[in-house]
Amino acid sequence: MNVNVPPGSISNTAQPMEWPEDALTRIPYWIYQSADIYVAEQQRLFEGPVWNFLCLEAEVQKPGDYRVTAVGSMPVVVARDVDDEIYAFENRCAHRGALIALDAGGHARDFTCVYHAWNYDLKGNLKAVAFEDGVNGKGGMDKTFCRADHGPRKLRVANFCGLVFGSLSDDVPPIEEYLGDEVAAKIKRVLHKPVTVTGRFTQMLPNNWKLYFENVKDTYHASLLHTFFTTFRINRLSQRGGLVISPNGGSHASFSYIDKANKENDYAAMGIRSDKEDFALKDGSLLDNDDEFGDGCHMQILSVFPNLVLQQIQNALAVRQVLPKGQTQTALNWTTFGFADDTPEMKTRRLRQNNLAGPAGYVSMEDGAVGGFVQRGVAAAGGERAVVEMGGSGTVGEGTRATEASVRGFWKCYRGIMGL
Amino acid sequence: MADAITLERILALQAAYIRCIDNNTLEAWPDFFLDQCLYMVTSAENHRNGFPAGIIYADTKGMLTDRIAALREANVYEKQSYRHILGLPHILKNGGGEAESETPFLVVRIMHDGQSDIFATGLYLDTYRNAGSELKFSRRIAVCDSSRIDTLMALPL
Repeated sequence: MNVNVPPGSISNTAQPMEWPEDALTRIPYWIYQSADIYVAEQQRLFEGPVWNFLCLEAEVQKPGDYRVTAVGSMPVVVARDVDDEIYAFENRCAHRGALIALDAGGHARDFTCVYHAWNYDLKGNLKAVAFEDGVNGKGGMDKTFCRADHGPRKLRVANFCGLVFGSLSDDVPPIEEYLGDEVAAKIKRVLHKPVTVTGRFTQMLPNNWKLYFENVKDTYHASLLHTFFTTFRINRLSQRGGLVISPNGGSHASFSYIDKANKENDYAAMGIRSDKEDFALKDGSLLDNDDEFGDGCHMQILSVFPNLVLQQIQNALAVRQVLPKGQTQTALNWTTFGFADDTPEMKTRRLRQNNLAGPAGYVSMEDGAVGGFVQRGVAAAGGERAVVEMGGSGTVGEGTRATEASVRGFWKCYRGIMGL
Repeated sequence: MADAITLERILALQAAYIRCIDNNTLEAWPDFFLDQCLYMVTSAENHRNGFPAGIIYADTKGMLTDRIAALREANVYEKQSYRHILGLPHILKNGGGEAESETPFLVVRIMHDGQSDIFATGLYLDTYRNAGSELKFSRRIAVCDSSRIDTLMALPL
């Protein structure tokens, strides 16, 4: 075979870790592939000036309750102490580094590492070292050993409307400022009274965590990829709705209002796949919405940088925690919930409407796969770039969801923190 | 006693059910259930904790029909099939026109490119009743041993 390629014209060198000049409208694909980026994200981003979602306050209701969670790849324990405050600390024994808590959660008076029985209180303070004074006068720790100097890293904790966040940074702004007024108001709108957890599932996504987080922010795709909603006129772009983005760009809320009178037929006119007018449900009770927040907003998808999604799809409520598990694996931890004062009818309505979301969700199952389609599609395209120009090049919310402004907002926030 | 719920009839129903899913004749899947039924996919952890939410939750036969319609008409997923392998049903209760059993399952998911993985293992918690001469599920709860779902759950278990 005669191959006419001049020597040196095909480069085998790695792509430079530089951002393309077109700023926020171009995303280089190496950002989803690089092992160096994965390591840098843990140090600069997850352990940097951000608020990581840890768990719901409802999951650590009583003193002694604890949940095991994570900040990026760092294992973390969240516990409520006897002083009724919530604490979070790295799930890593100060002695040899073993996990301190092995279960996913539960109730404890204190924690004892199984390896050498070093003991911690619910704040993560090292309280006892087994055989500290030796046995029969022999062995033991040196007299200069001070327990207070040893312990797992502790996180700053913020509780906003029952969402427990943690940060390892002293420079992170207060949570209200971090969220911005508009996103904070959208959280308060949903989490306005005590919640009850109704289920937990983990969906393993075959893609880099950022592809999922971008997907959540991508208001452009919702009614095009997810045909279930458009079929039932729940999420047409022509419906009244909008988008707000936090000042740092990283957090957002998109929302839409029910508009049954809208007869616009824009999808059909464009011949887009997601229009199937003749498709009707046998049991319409699935979509029997109760306007429980009293504002006509039937759907709100909200993200908090870098790892939380708060979902209201009709009366199906959930939080989703996004955790990286390697460059091309992401754990999506779903926690479905209702309110403590739900009527039996509302409880049943939520259980039915939970079919809309989750790993088998009518309107979310595609999101479990589409990140993998990108990850596989760009396998050999580390030097190529995604085009994110819908709605221009800005990062400000507009009166439309036909925009990629919140995706660009994500990259603005991400690059600022990563120094890229 | 033509309508006694025998182990033989239970075995026939279990075999026909998995054959329906694995052969991709899902339109017939709702007919394995009574009109008033409960079909749910959940995890052992949720089941143990008494959490009521399912990955799939249907409390009418209509909802089962809708799920298949959505899979056929609306949802987007890569071509795939399941191979169910069942253990033996352990009959917990039988009498008064109703029987209950536990049956272990193992489901391998085969993707269109040939990749085959153990997708789910668990227990079917079943309640049976007669509908005319036919035995049907009045309740089928698929309790997955793991709370982890790989990528997505398109086809029912």
